Amino acid sequence: MELSGGEILVQCLIDEGVEYIFGYPGGAVLHIYDALFKQDKVKHILVRHEQGATHAADGYARSSGKPGVVLVTSGPGATNAVTGIATAHMDSIPMVILCGQVPMAVIGSDAFQEADISGITRPCVKHNFLVKDVTKLASTIKKAFYLATTGRPGPVLVDIPKNLTDPRVKVPYEYPQSVVLRSYNPHVKGHRWQIKKAVDLLLAAKRPMIYSGGGIVLGEASTELTELTRLLGYPITNTLMGLGAYPGTDKQFVGMLGMHGTYEANMAMHECDVLFAAGSRFDDRITGIIAEFCPYAKVIHIDIDPSSISKNVRVDIPIVGELKPVLAEMIELVKASEIQPDAKALALWWKQIDAWRALDSLGFDRNADVIKPQYVVEQLWEMTQGDAYITSDVGQHQMFAAQFYKFDKPRRWINSGGLGTMGFGMPAAIGTKLAFPDADVFCITGEASIQMCIQELATALQYRTAIKIVNLNNGYMGMVRQWQEFSYGSRYSQTYLETLPDFVKLAESYGHVGIRIDKREDVRPVLEKAMAMKDKTVFLDFHIDPTENVYPMIEAGKAHHEMRLAPGVNTDTELA
Amino acid sequence: MSHIISILIENESGALARVAGLFSARGYNIESLTVAPTQDSTLSRMTLVTTGSDEIIEQITKQLNKLIDVVKLIDISESTHIERELMMVKTRAVNGGREEIMRLAEIFRGNILDVTATTFIIEITGEKSKLDAFLNTVGEENIIEVVRSGTTGILRGERGLTV
Repeated sequence: MELSGGEILVQCLIDEGVEYIFGYPGGAVLHIYDALFKQDKVKHILVRHEQGATHAADGYARSSGKPGVVLVTSGPGATNAVTGIATAHMDSIPMVILCGQVPMAVIGSDAFQEADISGITRPCVKHNFLVKDVTKLASTIKKAFYLATTGRPGPVLVDIPKNLTDPRVKVPYEYPQSVVLRSYNPHVKGHRWQIKKAVDLLLAAKRPMIYSGGGIVLGEASTELTELTRLLGYPITNTLMGLGAYPGTDKQFVGMLGMHGTYEANMAMHECDVLFAAGSRFDDRITGIIAEFCPYAKVIHIDIDPSSISKNVRVDIPIVGELKPVLAEMIELVKASEIQPDAKALALWWKQIDAWRALDSLGFDRNADVIKPQYVVEQLWEMTQGDAYITSDVGQHQMFAAQFYKFDKPRRWINSGGLGTMGFGMPAAIGTKLAFPDADVFCITGEASIQMCIQELATALQYRTAIKIVNLNNGYMGMVRQWQEFSYGSRYSQTYLETLPDFVKLAESYGHVGIRIDKREDVRPVLEKAMAMKDKTVFLDFHIDPTENVYPMIEAGKAHHEMRLAPGVNTDTELA
Repeated sequence: MSHIISILIENESGALARVAGLFSARGYNIESLTVAPTQDSTLSRMTLVTTGSDEIIEQITKQLNKLIDVVKLIDISESTHIERELMMVKTRAVNGGREEIMRLAEIFRGNILDVTATTFIIEITGEKSKLDAFLNTVGEENIIEVVRSGTTGILRGERGLTV
């Protein structure tokens, strides 16, 4: 079969089983768009800004586990995509970005819409390619998908000069069945002896703690993690990226840890004697001040990426390997072991944890006249019975969502944890809705974040992705305002958004339904009304308490046991 | 302590930039970096001299290994090895100083590559410390220009860095 470069590209996507690509046309990709026009297998989602394309592809990938695919033009098209590429990179999300480039003859001449996107994206991709020969196009695309989806996943960018896609130049096409890269071997089996040592240490623990992260979600190891945790009877905490990997409503789950984690999760981290880290990367928002991190603990760490191990925190028993098989092996070893968890020590440990838990560090005023943001999320969780897909942006609303929506399943919680990208939530919800058209998809956001990619409301209408936007509108960049209150003498420098659009009218002008909510008693009925509108995108503008802060909090330079609790919560009830 | 990391890397465009970019992005030091193709034209060999605590060197090697283009690497300073650097020095050479500099070049087993009425160019190969010693001996006042290749190295014995 002889095809042009543009046709090859499209045929590669078909052969790769790609369902959707998210993109925006332009000069350098015109040949590719023409090839797309002539087929109906790969559906193109036309966004309104390239950042939206990357976030939508990202949401699609996070919810479905399949790689997200993006197509953008050269120059500004490519640079607009960079934020979304970096977002995917920080959270290890599989993504393939196909990017037009000026023709090879003019590369380096500062041609119209030329940007060195390979150079620009080099630090924020897993790998990138500049294709220089049309006969290598198919094999490069195959490599891109292979790299993006195996090992520690991540975005891979393919830069394609326009002359390579010329419809007049046809070359033989064959999509490779497999790829072998001598420098890349992603399938790593954990070392048996290390796994045995880890199990021995775990079973000898008096005050054990399991701390798991996004790697469990990416590695599809949720079932194994849950089984192992239940078998051991140990407390477990999830990172922001790992929520849902262990059922959030289970009694062994002590909540999220870290800067806005629960008191019990962070105290248990501080006091534990064995820390079992699985698919987590000891991010600074998790550890607090490193010098005082888990001072009494021996640390076990499983990760597929050797560079994650002992990067921030020294590890006693490292295991490099894929989580799913390693955890399965641990389950077998625990079952076969003569030594079982120390029931007496464990009972004491749980008693301590329950005392910390009794503090109710996430408590808030449920009877307030104003709408509390926590109340909205809690009602949403109750109404959807924890079964919806929730995307979020970045800030206070993101933390409230993480704290109050109890995720029982992986891939339901879709947020930019690593890069912390405002504007992520709504396009990510569109991508999620495309992956799961029958599911309820909510975007929990704030009035500042939502405006960073608000143009994608048009995309939501064009493709009838009926998402529900829960805008927790407090008029401030709430998280920054909170830091200014705590650390800058309440000098609210540039965090008040004095002029906001009427979000109801805005939603309506984009062809959606908009509802403003000011009273607490309206929260639940309006949520139910919105959810009942199955074929509509609904923008719910909740006018919430503008002074509410996210508690508890580990402030900068503090350790896990030095949390700042909400006013009125004290630690007097704590056991010795 | 200095570490000498030898890297076999795919001979692809951008490969050098990936390595250099990694060091600047993560705030690691590079003392020197040399790169040239090997007898296998698809591979380049890079020698990188860096400094840092054991933890940092461990991260550097892990991060380098993570680069898709990196095929293999080894910290040769952890084993018995030979290291060499090439230096060319242009010195002032007038009157009685000419004799003196020629003698020094001989002691350091250098070659004089170029002679003018007032200058010499001397080529010296050796470990970094030997080249430093030569420069110290010649004295800053006599040196017009120095060009050094950066350190490169190889393991002794049967072991080698090969694919």
